[in-house]
Amino acid sequence: MESELKGKAWKFGDGISTDHIAPGRLFHLRTNLPELAKHVLEDADPEFPNKVRKGDFVVGGRNFGLGSSREHAPTIIKLSGVGAVLAKSFARIFYRNAINVGLPVLICDTDQIEDEDELEIDLSAGVIKDVTKGIELTFSPLPDIMIKILSDGGLAAHINKYGDFKLE
Amino acid sequence: MGKTIAEKIIGEHAGRDVVAGDIVVAKVDVAAVQDGTGPLAVQQLEKMNLIQAKNPKRTVLFIDHAAPSPHKDLSNAHKILRDFAKKTGVDLSEIGTGVCHQRLVESYVNPGDILIGADSHTCTSGALGAFATGMGSTDVAVGIALGKTWLRVPETIRINVNGEFKEGVYAKDLILYLIGKITADGATYKALEFGGETIKKMSMSDRFTLSNMAVEAGAKTGLIEADETTKAFLESRGRGKKFRAIAPDEDAVYEELIEIDASEIEPMVSAPHTVDNTSTAAELAGTKLDQVFIGTCTNGRLSDLAIAAKLLEGKVRHPDTRLIVVPASKDVYLDALAAGYIETFIRAGAAVMAPGCGPCVGVHQGILGDGEACLSTQNRNFQGRMGNTKGFIYLASPATAAISAIKGEITDPREVL
Repeated sequence: MESELKGKAWKFGDGISTDHIAPGRLFHLRTNLPELAKHVLEDADPEFPNKVRKGDFVVGGRNFGLGSSREHAPTIIKLSGVGAVLAKSFARIFYRNAINVGLPVLICDTDQIEDEDELEIDLSAGVIKDVTKGIELTFSPLPDIMIKILSDGGLAAHINKYGDFKLE
Repeated sequence: MGKTIAEKIIGEHAGRDVVAGDIVVAKVDVAAVQDGTGPLAVQQLEKMNLIQAKNPKRTVLFIDHAAPSPHKDLSNAHKILRDFAKKTGVDLSEIGTGVCHQRLVESYVNPGDILIGADSHTCTSGALGAFATGMGSTDVAVGIALGKTWLRVPETIRINVNGEFKEGVYAKDLILYLIGKITADGATYKALEFGGETIKKMSMSDRFTLSNMAVEAGAKTGLIEADETTKAFLESRGRGKKFRAIAPDEDAVYEELIEIDASEIEPMVSAPHTVDNTSTAAELAGTKLDQVFIGTCTNGRLSDLAIAAKLLEGKVRHPDTRLIVVPASKDVYLDALAAGYIETFIRAGAAVMAPGCGPCVGVHQGILGDGEACLSTQNRNFQGRMGNTKGFIYLASPATAAISAIKGEITDPREVL
């Protein structure tokens, strides 16, 4: 996985749920993820699937990803080309699923980022540069096990590589 | 140093002493997926070249969310699960059998177990004194194949509940009250542990309602001691021998202690679009309803249907308010039939559906129209949850739901009790 990411911020509010990201009404598309990805986050912002470009960032507020255990939610965010999700806090299952599918999730003070700001993120250095604002933000480091799974390309790739959990 | 229930169970499964904050690999006793998350789990197992189940007898694939299938793509997704079950010998829970969480407590999960399920309300089984938590498809896929998972031992928030409920107030009102108080992310990454005199006297059915909604406060699980009530429940399900007492140590270390006086709680309602947006039923009285739904893993058990049937006996739903009833499992359905509740619902104008998730997930069986309001006994009222972002979902107890269906608007159940 690339350690340096660059793209535009798309801002969302607090409490973006998995129903906003991958709603139940599209339940039948869950075995067709590229098709489901065309609807990513459209219930929070109908324009988002059209305007997101490869490398962009989803920037949320508090408790991003609350609700269902559906791994399809972080998976289709990743499939839409998003390089990382930034939020003030994440719901537990979404956070774990994102790492498992190889989508970086960064906890930082997103109040300082505005819609369409250009961001540069260095994952290994732990720095988010808001180029538009000329400010730098830091994010809380992931637990070691999550860094390991993320750097292996997700949980399935991790298990493929070692045949088991390899925590060290 | 004393241990919480979470620390005790995870420690046993990790083979070492653990405290909150530790990260361990732990043995998994029961693994489950449903038809929304299972097909992806099977695809991930194929990707990992692991078409196997470590414990086939305690691995369950549930077809409950879209059951029977309303769409050919979902019928094909169901085929993936049926094929996997045939190949590996794991249990398949077919349409009509019930909601996964109800079926897990009825037939699979025992005190002291670790259950991982690809469904956020897997925490329901925590009421049996099991560490039960929701995860995604890949995590559960690995749990199915290898019989283990990695866990961070959570800090625990202890919820002590004492005092008697007022008439018309139930476990659902308690959990809505609690979530309103601590908010939808008040327990993120943490375990809730419920105790106190009120919980000690509470039926298993009501305890499931509490644990079911732990995730709505962000919690990893909602634990309750395994005691004599748990034992009697397991005996009634032919699993008496699987009982073992599970309790926290008296000097267990909690991150936070919350005391609740049950007698101060009123009938509660969560208003759109968040579970923590709580008010009393009285405050929302008069809100017009297009649909009322009684059922789900939260409140679709026999005692829930009994409360609703008692209020609906000899009455008819309001002409402008549709009523949908879905028993949580086949056994609940049979018992409700024998008790006459189903006839009462049908005579009251309800559409009674086969056991399963019903309209809760927005896939089928009662999708809301634009601008319509539904009062449901389910656990979640997010925007779009019931299949339409222009719908409005209110959450309440079966008593509030039943009386509101008759009146056609949100009504405090004490008006008739």
